[in-house]
Amino acid sequence: MTTAMRSKARPRTGVDWFLTFLRVLLTGLVLFGLLAFLWQQIDPDNPLASAINPDANRLSWDAFQGLVISGLSQGAMYGLIALGYSMVYGVLGFINFAHGEVFMVGAMTGMITSNKLFEAGVWEDNFLLAILIAVLVSVICSTVTAVVTERIAYRPLRGSPRLIPLITSIGVSFFIQNTSAVLLGPGAKSYPRLPDWLRDDIGIGPFDIEGKKLLVLVVAGVSMGALWYLVERTKTGKAMRAVAEDKEIASLMGIDVDRTIVTTFAVGGAMAGVAGILWGILFGSVTEFTGFLPGIKAFSAAVVGGIGNLGGAMAGGLTLGSSESLAPQLVLEPLGVTGHTQLKDAVAFLVLIFVLLVKPTGLFGERLSAEDRA
Amino acid sequence: MSETMNTDEAGVLAPARGAFDQDWRKLVNWGLICALALIFVSLTDMPDKLDKRVIVEPLLSMGYLSLIWIPVALGNFVTREVVLEGMTQHKKGLRELVAGVSVGAIGGAGLALLIWLLDTRDLSDPLVNWNDALLEVLSFGEGVGYGAIFWILASAGLGLAGGAFHLLSAIANRLLLAIALTIVLTASLESALDDISEGFQLEWLFEALFEKKGGLSVQGAIILAVFAIAWVLVLGGQAKRGRAAVTARRELSPTKVNTVGLVLIAVAAVVLPMFLGRLTNDLFTNVGLFLLLALGLNIVVGLAGILDLGYVAFFAVGGYTAAIMTSPSSPGLSPELPWWVAIFVVVFMAIVAGLFIGAPVIRMRGDYLAIVTLGFGEIIRLTVRSDWASGFTGGAQGILSIPGADIVGVATVKGTDPQQVLYLVIGFVAIAIYVSWRLENSRIGRAWMAVREDESVAEAMGINTVNSKLQAFVVGAILASFSGAIFAAKVGSVFESSFKILVSIVILVIVIVGGMGRIAGVAAGALVLVGILGGPNQPGLLAEFSEFKLLIYGALLIWMMLKRPEGLIPNVRRSRELHQDEFLQDAWLKAQANDDDDEAASGEVAPA
Amino acid sequence: MSERLLDIQNLSVTFGGLNALSDLDFHVDAGEIVSVIGPNGAGKTTFFNMISGMVTPTSGDIVFKGESLLGLDPNQVTARGIARTFQNVRLFANMTILENVMVSQHCRTKQGIMGALFQTGGFKREEQEIREHGEKVLGFFGSRLVGFRLNQPASVLSYANRRRLEIARAMATKPEVILLDEPVAGMNPKESEELTGLIGKLRDEWGFTIVMIEHDMGVVRDVSDRVVVLDHGETIAQGSYDEVSSDPAVIEAYLGRPAEEAS
Repeated sequence: MTTAMRSKARPRTGVDWFLTFLRVLLTGLVLFGLLAFLWQQIDPDNPLASAINPDANRLSWDAFQGLVISGLSQGAMYGLIALGYSMVYGVLGFINFAHGEVFMVGAMTGMITSNKLFEAGVWEDNFLLAILIAVLVSVICSTVTAVVTERIAYRPLRGSPRLIPLITSIGVSFFIQNTSAVLLGPGAKSYPRLPDWLRDDIGIGPFDIEGKKLLVLVVAGVSMGALWYLVERTKTGKAMRAVAEDKEIASLMGIDVDRTIVTTFAVGGAMAGVAGILWGILFGSVTEFTGFLPGIKAFSAAVVGGIGNLGGAMAGGLTLGSSESLAPQLVLEPLGVTGHTQLKDAVAFLVLIFVLLVKPTGLFGERLSAEDRA
Repeated sequence: MSETMNTDEAGVLAPARGAFDQDWRKLVNWGLICALALIFVSLTDMPDKLDKRVIVEPLLSMGYLSLIWIPVALGNFVTREVVLEGMTQHKKGLRELVAGVSVGAIGGAGLALLIWLLDTRDLSDPLVNWNDALLEVLSFGEGVGYGAIFWILASAGLGLAGGAFHLLSAIANRLLLAIALTIVLTASLESALDDISEGFQLEWLFEALFEKKGGLSVQGAIILAVFAIAWVLVLGGQAKRGRAAVTARRELSPTKVNTVGLVLIAVAAVVLPMFLGRLTNDLFTNVGLFLLLALGLNIVVGLAGILDLGYVAFFAVGGYTAAIMTSPSSPGLSPELPWWVAIFVVVFMAIVAGLFIGAPVIRMRGDYLAIVTLGFGEIIRLTVRSDWASGFTGGAQGILSIPGADIVGVATVKGTDPQQVLYLVIGFVAIAIYVSWRLENSRIGRAWMAVREDESVAEAMGINTVNSKLQAFVVGAILASFSGAIFAAKVGSVFESSFKILVSIVILVIVIVGGMGRIAGVAAGALVLVGILGGPNQPGLLAEFSEFKLLIYGALLIWMMLKRPEGLIPNVRRSRELHQDEFLQDAWLKAQANDDDDEAASGEVAPA
Repeated sequence: MSERLLDIQNLSVTFGGLNALSDLDFHVDAGEIVSVIGPNGAGKTTFFNMISGMVTPTSGDIVFKGESLLGLDPNQVTARGIARTFQNVRLFANMTILENVMVSQHCRTKQGIMGALFQTGGFKREEQEIREHGEKVLGFFGSRLVGFRLNQPASVLSYANRRRLEIARAMATKPEVILLDEPVAGMNPKESEELTGLIGKLRDEWGFTIVMIEHDMGVVRDVSDRVVVLDHGETIAQGSYDEVSSDPAVIEAYLGRPAEEAS
């Protein structure tokens, strides 16, 4: 609390100088990369490009919009997962590391259900019905996983030093990941083939969007809207916000804190379940590690958007997804980094570090109780 | 299982309650949990896969052990009662047995149901272990009915045994526990013991205990049981007194060390490797490498309270720097320095990396810091792997043909000779222990602890928290980089896949399971986890467990955090912090009793 | 004695539009005991936080021995010679009592990692000095914090002893000024009377200058050379206890009834 109040003092110590240097360096690199990119768009053989990036090419409009769309659709999933992180952080003040695994459980059960439906022929006869059933099963399984985790692993730890539940959640994450590997076998498992109309491009204005990506965006949007309604317009949502602000006072006001926390986990789990099946639709396969990296990236998205802030989580997800998709081509390649797509994952973490260096409260501001801010 | 032994000290007991005066709902709940646990373990295929690992031939294998401990533990747990001041305590009796039996029987019924389903349904599509082999193991090849009835009865019996622990005296409990632990531990250590007995010309002892095809013989198990009983009866009291004396001494002068113990360990560290075979030396080397990492992380997490999840980054920096500096085939830069010169470069790089990663994260909130360090760990690994950096790091191909470690004027350590590498590792572990011990009891160490306790107060008391935390970060980084440099020399090659986040997590588990902030605890954690279960890529003594070890790591981490957050060998201070409530309650009760205004609350604090 | 040790010049701070403190202006001379009083929310603790560098003022200046303290980190302020205690006792609960006073000498000592590793003569000497000074400071409170207590964690102490240890911890930083934030809060009359005596001794025997926030008017009357009264972030009176306690503004805004009865 006190450190946050300290005004932005001029650099004093070596560390401050170093941080300023880092901020300037990162901003400079990004700007320089973007400018180099623009220049090579105009003239691929310009002197700068031939000096540092001899393979420079113009990026076509098609390729560009492809990157934007896939960035956004992936970002929408990060956003959906990020909601769970953000809500739990808002209410309990710790990072639920295992939330990525809840998402993986959604993707995994979605895979099992849709394969069963495929065998039964429903998938091909009536795709919408099949996907509805699959979503339902995923959501239920993810929600149950989230709630059970809360009951077993987190509830007994309420009120302990804040790193303790974080470490526990790392254990939970590990456990769920390896449970999946042991029970279902390790390695990638694929979803059944999607119907053609989801694989074709659909033209909307200047964009041609692949059907499944559009589906992802629409479903994510709808889920987000439903969540917004729940949190901002219903009594349950009011209870959640009250508990996030101050658990003790909330319980004095007659709110069942335990139940509200369970609801928070359940809602976060449901969102992760939706994200899980969307992941399956988008990428067509799932492994036991599917939850790990997207989970961490989604947490990064929540931080980037401002933790505790639901709109921010979604916006953070979209920001992170599109930077991850665009930055290798727009910044890294013009800087002459070879094999830039291999660094896609690194970009996501760099965005997180950059945002925390420049604006530690996230792009859209965090919403935390006073006690968590300390 | 051993937690309710103080009943006989508790004074007057109320008469036992009726055998059927039970909280049936609770029993059914725990019975169902027991059933779920049994089914879960069966479906992980542990009973089948671990069946080859025999504990006592032909009675018990690790596979069946993975099942039978569940009803015992739950049968015991469900009848356990938290004893609080002022509550009526009842005498234990038939009621406990009935509860244990019920829980066990419900659990067994669950397993019976699974056996029946295994026979009639085919769920092998999602569940890969749903097969006849599992059915065979569970039903002993005698058919579904036999298996089902066997497990209901056996599980009920085991539950009964679990409940019965409450009826036995404390000493009997301790004896049983000691026997069980001795047998299981000895069986787990089989290959290491084989190796050691060969070194010490004690094959006759080994042959007396173990069967040729593996596992203890019945006779061996009896010998061990007698040994365990003798140990508890003869040495139990002494050990207890010794421990009390040590604790008391620690209270008075916390910085003193147990010189005798230290000398013994030092002698063992010098002598033992000579008598060990290849496999055991290699095993201890792995333990040592992880111990080195864990000691470093212990400074960062245990002393300074910084949860660094990207700790593997420094391991990677050490490994890659040593590789680039010493290997003739490293792409790009290849100075082919001797290892002992390279180690200086390694330290330098570790300091640079520590400052570079540390500076941006050090002001962040603890949990943000965890994620960002994790991110840095991944960034370093991804960069090392990428084509961009492959000019120096070899990308996915890694760096090969790293020569061993030569120590100027002393010896050349070949990576292929496990005994030499082990000495090298022991040397560095000794350095790390010395560093941890000296720093903990110094101005810097106190500053770290103050930062861990309350950062803003530490700042107000004149501590430059940023610098202190950076120092902890860098010291930890250097220790990890040593481990990396030895690792590179031992394996002879480095690949990015050796430096995944998984390694960070495993190190964290070692530190936490062992006991944060306590050197002996961390050592015990490394021995038990890496030695017996195995490291992330390294096999342990129970090689059969490799498939399940990460699952067990995860479960252990959760269980430790919930039940024993202070670790196996806890740091006195930390356990106080984590059981703060109990202590406060204690203090309050004492204050009430003494009624002497302010001196009362601070008398001796009873151990939790 | 009338050297201006600590000079507070037109100090103001605003939190999101709220004037937590406005135009505070007074000075503390070396060897004085000055009490800052005022009802809850008057901005007293904010004032302490500003001196110790935890909150940056919106305007005004804090001058200590002729140099401004603005922009310094809390640890730098402590290093300049201003130590403080906290209203809600904040000890290093899992460190021993001796360690608590040893660690607060951090900014007066300089041995680094190398000294500890090689156990240099300088390190051992310094360690000895830290320990001796720590024990001396603890000895100020009689036998309560020394002897077998030295190696017990601070969490086992009783409430009053925790407050005493906090003062000892501040003393151990070898300051010139000690800021005491409600030193006797929560103590029984006997204990607060004893502590009042000790506060006097802090000045007379140890030579500390003391700025104290206190609600207990008895304590304020007994030890203060001067009293500053705040209300809603504004200074409404300052002067000797008798002057202040008869000031109509104070009576109205703070005490609400004659000060003699309030004590």
